[in-house]
This record gives sequence, structure tokens and C-alpha cells, in this order.
Amino acid sequence: MDNSPQSISSTPIDVAVDSVSQSDVEIETHRVIHPDGSIVADRVPDLDDDEFRDLYRWMLLQRVYDDRATKLQRRGRLGTIASGRGQEASIAGSGYALSRDDWVFPYGREASMLVMHGLSMRDLLLYWRGVEDAARTEGANIFPLSISVGSHVPMAAGKAWGMQLADEDSITFANLGDGATSTGAFHEGMNFAGVLGVPAVFFCLNNQYAISLPFDDQTNAKTVAQKALGYGIEGIRVDGNDVLAVYNAVSTARQRALNGDPVLVEAVTYRRGAHTTSDDPTRYRSDEEVEEWKERDPLNRYQTFLEETDRWDAIDEDAIREEVEREFSEAVDAADAFEERGIEDIFAYLYAELPPELEHQLEEFRELLEERPEMYEYIEQRPKG
Amino acid sequence: MNATIIQAVNDAMHEEMANDDRTLVFGQDVAESGGVFRATEGLKDEFGAERVLDTPLSEIAIVGSAIGLATHGFRPIAEIQFSGFLPPAFDQLVTNASRIRWRTRGELTAPMVVRTPYGAGVRALEHHSESLEGAYSHVPGLKVAIPSTPHDAKGMLISAIRDPDPVLFMEPKRVYRSLREDVPEGTYTEPLGEAAIRREGEAVTVISWGAMMHNTLEAVENLGVDADVIDLRSISPLDRETILESIRKTGRCVVVHEAAKTGGFGGEIIATINDEALMFLEAPVNRVTGFDAPVPLLSMEDYYLPHPPRIEEAIAETVSY
Repeated sequence: MDNSPQSISSTPIDVAVDSVSQSDVEIETHRVIHPDGSIVADRVPDLDDDEFRDLYRWMLLQRVYDDRATKLQRRGRLGTIASGRGQEASIAGSGYALSRDDWVFPYGREASMLVMHGLSMRDLLLYWRGVEDAARTEGANIFPLSISVGSHVPMAAGKAWGMQLADEDSITFANLGDGATSTGAFHEGMNFAGVLGVPAVFFCLNNQYAISLPFDDQTNAKTVAQKALGYGIEGIRVDGNDVLAVYNAVSTARQRALNGDPVLVEAVTYRRGAHTTSDDPTRYRSDEEVEEWKERDPLNRYQTFLEETDRWDAIDEDAIREEVEREFSEAVDAADAFEERGIEDIFAYLYAELPPELEHQLEEFRELLEERPEMYEYIEQRPKG
Repeated sequence: MNATIIQAVNDAMHEEMANDDRTLVFGQDVAESGGVFRATEGLKDEFGAERVLDTPLSEIAIVGSAIGLATHGFRPIAEIQFSGFLPPAFDQLVTNASRIRWRTRGELTAPMVVRTPYGAGVRALEHHSESLEGAYSHVPGLKVAIPSTPHDAKGMLISAIRDPDPVLFMEPKRVYRSLREDVPEGTYTEPLGEAAIRREGEAVTVISWGAMMHNTLEAVENLGVDADVIDLRSISPLDRETILESIRKTGRCVVVHEAAKTGGFGGEIIATINDEALMFLEAPVNRVTGFDAPVPLLSMEDYYLPHPPRIEEAIAETVSY
């Protein structure tokens, strides 16, 4: 007897079947200061003059930090680093919209945000020198940098869940790149956040490249923001080179998150430098493109606003620059002065209490270093702290 | 040609892509930029964008889709940029790649390679220095190959691509460019599952693989000890016979690896020797390993690796036992 199905055919059918596509979704890219310098007056956030000045200072600090850290890396005084050049508005604007009680999950480029939230610049430099101690982030609500891309998204959802259970009035804020939005951890974390309704804001700095991969090859979606719909959470798209727009977007997202509606914010910006100092972006992108984005420089854009609104004259740019340069120099001096660490640092903090076997491994190693000083010939003389 | 490991790996892919048009190369940054270590440099120019693809940053999808492609008659070579980022894809290796043949009673198979640089010592960031080969060796159905020389890297990678089963190909990145040797032009293979004997001697057997192979050879040289030095090359399947034959001759053994001690592959070797050659032993089998701690960040990572003096101590202790 023939049990095969009656019809397995590829005959086209012409009944109406509804579908939804991304062209059904229009998401405005929120802007306050347009690239041509025009300002949407009713969107200018309600900040006082000192705060407007402060924002500029944080952006400048980011730029100075990135420039000087990159130079230090080239001179062998830092390990591999990731620069935030070009993303100053996204980084400073989002950081400024958060409360000091919020928990930041950084992704590696956001120096000014981390300093704003209580991390010392010395520790930031030490971390890039490869010093674990610097990831302690004492007194700052900052998680370790998410070097494993996207892996922090579920963790940020869980931390937010905990904050909600503990009835706290603050959020978790996870920074990620566009590359992270392709990872499994991102999807699972978003979904959880939506299902649980946790106070979390996921901030995607869409800087157009995940190392060498352009955004168009990253996803078939037109925007990152629209992805939020798939997880039942809200999405916001903002011009990431417009610091006031970013401030608005993150302030709004934060408010919604506090009400139990997590938000995915996409800040559209551009990574003007390399992915890290180990990367050579000339292999995969054109000079013209880099130039084009240089025209949209976030600091210049903000300066236009400050000038247009008669606030620029009150800002002494040279004095601010001098101040942040000095802050950086002092941080380098402090990092240089950091006490050299011992080998027990390799074992410290792995468990609450050092298990006997680890104690044994440490002791054996200590003896070996004493008995065989030639070990040091194989241990490159790097900065040990 | 005189080549480094990275050039040998590159050459192997050039060879096999030319030999077999079912071969595809994909992963993050492999096409336009030629891979973070330039292992895939030139492949896209030669074989086109259909066969050499930049993928999104998606370890699960990179490895999972390789399985799907392989079951459909292709020969995928997937790159995971650093082995520290392989854990998300561990699920695909365990759940699907390693057992698709077994689950379907041979109906579906996954002839695929996942290449990944592994190990410490290059001043990289967090999660860029892992040596988790022991964990992968524990997955039945998955082969784990680890070359230590340019010659083997090329020959073994070609074998891995041709292998009818999934192979995790772990490349010791610390010695990617620090060694050169003559590598034959054209296509040749080095078998998977067969150890290489790097030196012959009577006094002790020293076993290692990957970057630590070179520290081991240096230690043996420094000590001037008459050692049998075995490069395992594959830890799964394991060439038990070469190990046991050597132990029956020398009666003494030291295992060297940079992965953490507890649960590391050294333990498996020692257990094998206990199972099969206990009565030949004249000393307990010794091991030199990384510590049971994460590889430290760059400022102290050099303390972590088993350098020759540590290896020398262990060998001397075993020989004089």
C-alpha cells in the first residue's frame, strides 16, 4: 500500500497571506542638532549652562584619552587598546543621562563614561597594561569590560532582574557594538529582558564595523533598533554623533526601563579609528568613507550648537583641554607608580578561599623562582603593575 | 618553501580549495582582512566571495552552519578567531557535530574543520589565551588536532579537511611566526591520530604538543638528557601505542602542557600509562602544566607558561627518582 502523502508540490498558490516586513516599520533617527547645524529647539534637553559645558568636557576628555592612550600603546607602554574616536557623543551623552546608582556594563571604548561613573583613569590605563587589579572598579557601579563580545547582555538582564527584585530605583546599562547583536548571547539576553520586564537599557553603538565586517553584512535588518520588536521590547534609533540626541534617547530609555520596559537603543555612529591597535582598517574600508564621517565630527557638531545658542563664549576650550591633558598625565604617573605585584596575584580571588591544591601550586612556583632565577630570562620584563 | 606555521596553514587552505571546490572558508574577518593572524590571506582573491566569506560575529552560527553545510556535501573550514571565543559554539560541537554520524547511524556525516588559534604568550586581551583542548578531547566523536611545526600544520590541516569526521584544529598562536622550516610545495598529508617522535633517547619519555613542544625540546637540550621526546600532534584520537612503546623502553615519563593542571589532558596520558604500562614504570609520571587559574592578563602572563627551567626540574626529578 502506498502511504506517501497525497501532494508534496511546489505549485504556487494565490490566496492572500498576510506578512509583516521591515518596510512596515518606520523608525525615526532622533536628532537635536542636524548635521547642517540646524537645531530642533523643542528637543534641546533641559540642562543648565554648567551641564552643557560639562558634556563638552566629557567629550573632549574622551578624545584626549583616546589620542594619548593610542600613542602610549605605540610606545609599548600599554597593551592592545580599543579607541572610542568618533563615538564621543554616544559615549559621553549616554553616560551623562545615567544615574550614579545605575550599573554600567562596558564594552571597551567608553573611557569618559567610565571615568564619569567613578572609575579612576589610572585603573583604566592599568587594565590595558594587563593588570587584573585594575578591574576592581572600587566604588563605581561598573562591571568588567565585555571582551567576549555580547557575553554580558544576559548578565545585564539578570542584574537588572535582581535590582527589580530588590526594589531599587536604578537600571543596568549595557554597551555593545553592532557585532554583538549577531551573537547568541545578545538574542537570549534580549528575550529574557523582555519576558521578565527588567529595568535594563541595551545601548548599541552601531559604529558600522565589527572589526572588518560592515554593518550591511552584519544583518539583513535595516536597523538595530527594529530588532527590539522581535523581543517585545522598545527600540530607539538615535544619531550617535549628536550628543544632545543621545542624551535624550538614553534619558527616555532609562525612564521606560525603570517602569519595567527594557529598551534597545541604537546610536548610529562611526568608529574612526581601528577596531583595536592590533587591527589595520585600511585593509577593509576606504579613506573616502573615513573622511565622510570626519565631516560629521561629534565635537564640531556640538560646538555648532553651543555657538548658535551663545554658550560657546563661556567655554574656555584651551583651559578644558589643559585640564583633561593634565588628568591623563597624572593618571599615567599614578599607573607607573603602581606597586609591582607578586605571583600570588595569579591565584588571588579565584575562589573565596584558596584551595589547598592552588596553595601548593603557588608554593611550588615560589620555590622554583627562588631556586632557578634563570626563569626570569623567559619571563619578559614587562611592566608588572 | 621555507614557511612559518601561519604560512603553512594558509598554504594548506590554498591547496585544498584548489583541489576540491566543495571547500569553503568562513568566519569573522577571514575574507577582506585575511584573518586577524592573516591565516586566510589571499584566499578570497583566488577563490572568490562565494567560497571565502566574512560572517557576522556568531560563533554558534559559524560552527552550526558548518555542520549543516557538511551534511550537504560541502567541506567547510570555519575559523573561530580565538579559542577563547569557542565556548558559545561548544554546544554545536557537542550536540550536533560530534554525534551526527552516530545519531543517524551513518546516514548524515559532518566532515568539517573548525580552525582556532589557541594558547597564551602573545600579550593579548582577556579570553584570548585559553587552552581548553582537554575539554574538547572529552567530546566523543570530535577529533582534536594540534600541530606544533609548519610542516605538520600544513600536512595535518589537509588531512583534517579531508577527514570524514569533524576536526577541531587548534593552532599554537605563540609560535605562529617564531619558527620556520622547509615545507614541501603542493599537496601532502600528515596523519591525524599519530604522534611524532622529535628525539630518541633511553632515559625518559617527555610528551608534549602545541607551543609547549618547543619549550620541552629546549629543556631537554639544556639538560642534555637522553630523552625520547614525543609530539602528540593529535590528542583525540590519541596515539597510545607510541606513548606506551616509549614508556616500555624508558620506564620514566614527564608530560608538559600549558593548560591548567586539573582535568588537563596530561591526566589522561598518565591514566593511560597506568592502565597499560604500570609495571614498566621506574618513577611516577610527572607533569608540568599551567596553573589551575585563568591565564593572567598580559603583565604577568609569562609567569603562567611552563618555561624550560620548570620542565627541566621535572625531568631531572623523574630521571633521578
